[in-house]
Amino acid sequence: MKVGVIVFPGSNCDQDAYHAFRDNLKQPVELIWHQETDLKGVDLVVLPGGFSYGDYLRTGAIARFAPIMRSVEKFARSGKLVLGICNGFQVLCEAGLLPGALVRNAGLKFVCRYVNLRVENAETALTAHCRVGQVLRIPIAHGDGCYVCDEESYEQLSRNRQVLFRYGEADGRITLDSNPNGSMDNIAGIANERFNVFGMMPHPERATEKLLGSADGRLLLSSLIESVINGARTGA
Amino acid sequence: MPYADIIVTLKPTLLDAQGRVVQNALLSLGYEKVMNVRIGKYMRMELAEGEDLERQVKEMCDRLLANPVIENYHFEIHRDADGNGTPPGLPNTE
Repeated sequence: MKVGVIVFPGSNCDQDAYHAFRDNLKQPVELIWHQETDLKGVDLVVLPGGFSYGDYLRTGAIARFAPIMRSVEKFARSGKLVLGICNGFQVLCEAGLLPGALVRNAGLKFVCRYVNLRVENAETALTAHCRVGQVLRIPIAHGDGCYVCDEESYEQLSRNRQVLFRYGEADGRITLDSNPNGSMDNIAGIANERFNVFGMMPHPERATEKLLGSADGRLLLSSLIESVINGARTGA
Repeated sequence: MPYADIIVTLKPTLLDAQGRVVQNALLSLGYEKVMNVRIGKYMRMELAEGEDLERQVKEMCDRLLANPVIENYHFEIHRDADGNGTPPGLPNTE
């Protein structure tokens, strides 16, 4: 089991992800520079948060064409696990690996605070250690986190239960007030149709130790790790 | 040298939060006729002479310059003037 964290110029949560997996979840991690083309045999790819290429043009628009992304796309299409966090989510949408897009927060402000995430589907590689309706306390830090997609994609997301997290109140109610960025239907994180590519605006890697405020993110990262290990065991 | 003027705008169905704020600022300045403001991007691209510039610029818009999920684009290719001049402003306004 080895985790690969992709580093783009302007990534700034790559070290957080590295630290979370290595020190808190005790897994081997490798940082992979965007100019590389080889994923070095990793079992799980993480696209970290940040401002790749200064968010020029659109968030994730330039990173999506980085040399390493061809390998990431192949990796994803082969069914292996990819997690995009914040800017990583934006890159995955730009790359067409996830439906929809992320636009400027409805309130225009960069929002940096803890949010309550209600788990909507607990039968995925990312959420297997959670239960439906569980509320996770995980921070967000973004200016372009308003999730949008066309009606057809939205229907598909709903029908297939690809919406994994929605912004809610501490008791799990989904309200307008708990939506920090204007996202359609309070969507905070989704999966692709095959449930091997995940994107979320909140930062689970920043919530892996109580000392720093919350360890709820561990549930997600440990789910992924277990999924890789189980997959290897069953030869899936 | 030919050049392309490209305008990229958010789709009308999407809330343009920036446009809304600018509209409110204009209203507060007393410009009561401002019904809606949409903010987009303007790009000028100088090009080498060639046969299929239209097709290439369209392809660039589709692949990189605009995101079809959230944006529309419009471009015009000019062949008869110096691309370093003053931008002509929005297309369709002439």
